[in-house]
Amino acid sequence: MLLIYCPYCEEERNELEFRNGGDAHIARPTNIADITDEEFEEYFFIRQNPKGLIFERWRHVHGCGKFFNAARDTVSDRFYMSYKAGEPKPDPATFLNTGNDKGASK
Amino acid sequence: MSDLMQATRRSVLDGYHGGSAVARLTPAAPASRISLRAPAASLDALSGALGVTIPVKPKTSAAANGRHVLWIGPDEWLVIDENGADLVAEAAKSGVLHSAADVSHRNTAIIVSGRKVEEAINGSCSQDLSLAVFPVGACSRTLLGKAEVVLYRTAEDTFRVEVWRSFATFAFGLLDEAAKDAAL
Repeated sequence: MLLIYCPYCEEERNELEFRNGGDAHIARPTNIADITDEEFEEYFFIRQNPKGLIFERWRHVHGCGKFFNAARDTVSDRFYMSYKAGEPKPDPATFLNTGNDKGASK
Repeated sequence: MSDLMQATRRSVLDGYHGGSAVARLTPAAPASRISLRAPAASLDALSGALGVTIPVKPKTSAAANGRHVLWIGPDEWLVIDENGADLVAEAAKSGVLHSAADVSHRNTAIIVSGRKVEEAINGSCSQDLSLAVFPVGACSRTLLGKAEVVLYRTAEDTFRVEVWRSFATFAFGLLDEAAKDAAL
């Protein structure tokens, strides 16, 4: 069982209460009606699927119901940290290799 | 013939009883409930209209005169009135922006009470229910087995488990098994 820290409930909860919502920080083009089909495909469908660090949207669907963002490692499944929706993408240097190896996601 | 066709309203858990000496299960009496959504700017007026100060801290609740306001999310609350008041009308008196959906008949509740109440609920729910983390008055939406429930601790040894009507017998069965196991 993974414990995921919900920034709205301010505590760790069982992964069963959460749903993944895909990549975070995907900005919708402001000129969505003008872009080409290829540009739309790039924005709408194409994802990097990285091995390692990924920033994702998660929803605490069986808890507070809110969407938030989380930094996760796709290999180890470890959650580095989570933060409220709308907050800027954190610098990975602030949470990677900090020597804190307890798996806490705060 | 027509006088034989009278419909009688029956609650889904009517006549249910269960649990064990260390965790008793009782269906809660009917109550009125609303799912309340509102922005922060509306909370003062809504608190006044409902007569209970709406809590803004996660996992907390407030209660007065048989009315309970449970924090569900940053902009969502479950309001329960044990006296059956018309909560939608009362919330409307606030005159401020909000959404109040009547869920009185969507939910029913199971009262779980006894010395090993945490064990009975933890049989199918993974939340930490120790008094330090989940004190009296704490509440949380979570999962009980596959069913979404709202847990509300009304006393050190008593929880109110708010569950959707159609999941009520499922939830009752899970709690009953765990309550019996806790007595072994």
